[in-house]
Amino acid sequence: MIEWTNALVQGVLLGGLYALFAAGLSLIFGVMRLVNIAHGDLIVLAAYIGLSTTMILGVHPFVALLIVMPVMAGIGYALQRGLLNQALGDDILPPLLVTFGLSVIIQNALLEGYSADPQKLNGGVIETASISLGGLAVGILPLLTFAIAVAVIAVLQWVFYGTGLGRGFRAVSDNQEIAQLMGLNKAHVFGLAMALALGVTAIAGILLGVRTSFDPAIGGGRLIFGFEAVIIGGLGNLWGTLAGGVILGVAQTLGAKIDPGWQLLAGHVAFLVVLAVRPNGLFPRVEH
Amino acid sequence: MSAPAVTRATQASRLAMLVAAVALAMLALAPWWAGRADMRLMGEIYLYLSLACLWNLMAGYAGLVSVGQQAYVGFGGYMLFALTVFGGLHPIAAIVAAGGLAAVVSVPVATLIFRLKGAYFAIGTWVVAEVFRLSFAQVSALGGGSGSSLPVGIVRSLSSSRSGREALSYWLALGAAIVVIGTIYLFLRSRRGLALTAIRDSEAAASGLGIDIWRTKLEVYVVTSALTAVIGGLIFLQKLRISPDAAFSVNDWTAFVIFIVVIGGIGTLEGPIIGTLVFFAIRETLADFGTSYLMILGAVAIVVMLKAPKGIWGLIRDRYDLELFPLGYRVHHDGGDRKES
Repeated sequence: MIEWTNALVQGVLLGGLYALFAAGLSLIFGVMRLVNIAHGDLIVLAAYIGLSTTMILGVHPFVALLIVMPVMAGIGYALQRGLLNQALGDDILPPLLVTFGLSVIIQNALLEGYSADPQKLNGGVIETASISLGGLAVGILPLLTFAIAVAVIAVLQWVFYGTGLGRGFRAVSDNQEIAQLMGLNKAHVFGLAMALALGVTAIAGILLGVRTSFDPAIGGGRLIFGFEAVIIGGLGNLWGTLAGGVILGVAQTLGAKIDPGWQLLAGHVAFLVVLAVRPNGLFPRVEH
Repeated sequence: MSAPAVTRATQASRLAMLVAAVALAMLALAPWWAGRADMRLMGEIYLYLSLACLWNLMAGYAGLVSVGQQAYVGFGGYMLFALTVFGGLHPIAAIVAAGGLAAVVSVPVATLIFRLKGAYFAIGTWVVAEVFRLSFAQVSALGGGSGSSLPVGIVRSLSSSRSGREALSYWLALGAAIVVIGTIYLFLRSRRGLALTAIRDSEAAASGLGIDIWRTKLEVYVVTSALTAVIGGLIFLQKLRISPDAAFSVNDWTAFVIFIVVIGGIGTLEGPIIGTLVFFAIRETLADFGTSYLMILGAVAIVVMLKAPKGIWGLIRDRYDLELFPLGYRVHHDGGDRKES
């Protein structure tokens, strides 16, 4: 029994990481209806930038975040203004294909620069440290990841509903033309949204790199996890995304408990079941 | 003023058909004039051409942008192995059966993922492909995660000599490409094709005219999935070896195919043909550059999508008002020529 409880707790904490994968995806879709196929590769890119930073400066991966976050945010703003804004429009095909092309470019650029060898960020003692909770040994790193996920979503929620920037996000999301008439620069607002999303992606990438090894090819898988968390939780609901990540994480760890080969399969099956039973996700946003 | 005349075929399309017929006859005779490596390359070109035409039918006409067609390529490949090794079927019968099975499987898959719209549909198809990959990796009889090879006896059953096998495999690939393009051409010229073209141009208007959009899209999805599985079977009949990662590779069976269609011209029949030729020209020239050739390909696709969204064929068609496959109707007034497609 204790083993199953353990798997359950691990799954919930793993869900925090998936929610971080998903938060950027959800944010961008919410603001500009863009589904970024390169999202997973951008997470991996953040992990690699973190790797270079720790190696060059000799700092802890978490300290490297001070550099990786602004770098990723800058990449996000430049990418949006320089490329993605041109692809946005009524037709869904251009953004889809442009981000798909971007995904292939990032993947192969990483392959060229860092080779296909798996890499890992060295987190030191935090990787193995654990605390005892009611007879369960819970790792500090998963616990910290989950806490960060909750904090990130709380901050995003606050930015969206409590700041002028968030008002701009909601305005362009509701009606781009009228937002433009009210003096908002749509291209700039979208750029800021992408910068914020990739800032979150930087956190996700560093936590991913400290938790497991990574290589240039794993981006697609991370995109799928994030996407599943978004759909399970319900489109446009950030706290729902956290719940979606937790459900996905729990399905995976319970699946792995039954048979190691079923870990990923169980997660996908959970997603398909939710899609069959509740196509709008478990917690769809209430329309005001 | 005389009454306007309506035609489908044009001088250019008749000429194109004639040239195509001559070229096809030449290609069919390739085992007698081409070398072994050239035939292998041409076989690969035919199979990629087929995949591109099928993806184009879904994305360019039905608006179903999938990044998960590798699900059916891999399914077809694995069915070839399973049905020949365990079912005792002849490889060609197994490949045809794989198409039928894929059609059956694609119906429940479609009812599930059609609930996702637009770009979310795209990622949903990818999830399905992952489910297929992970499921086949669990089947230890088919080699599990590391895969298996087609037994020598089954390979021999195609033809006892190596050159005979190579010629047969070449003709199968050529025949498959002809069947795929022919099917799509006839489909698009039929009543259903007209409905599909209407959906491509405006879903709302098509729906207003009484077209059942969901059903039309389902038909396209099922037909595409079945034919994609047949092509998958042929691909792995050439490779003779299968593994989950190779069979369900998103890069090999979807990324390249999307680039081919986008560069050639999405939503036209001619586009994938031109795109395939351009793709193989780029690949054969830049293959030595390793991964950077993929980066160049990705960049070219992005630039084409943003600057010339109708692709190379779109540019040519707009410039010269050409149509090699007569799909649209042309109205002639007093010698003038106006096209309605």
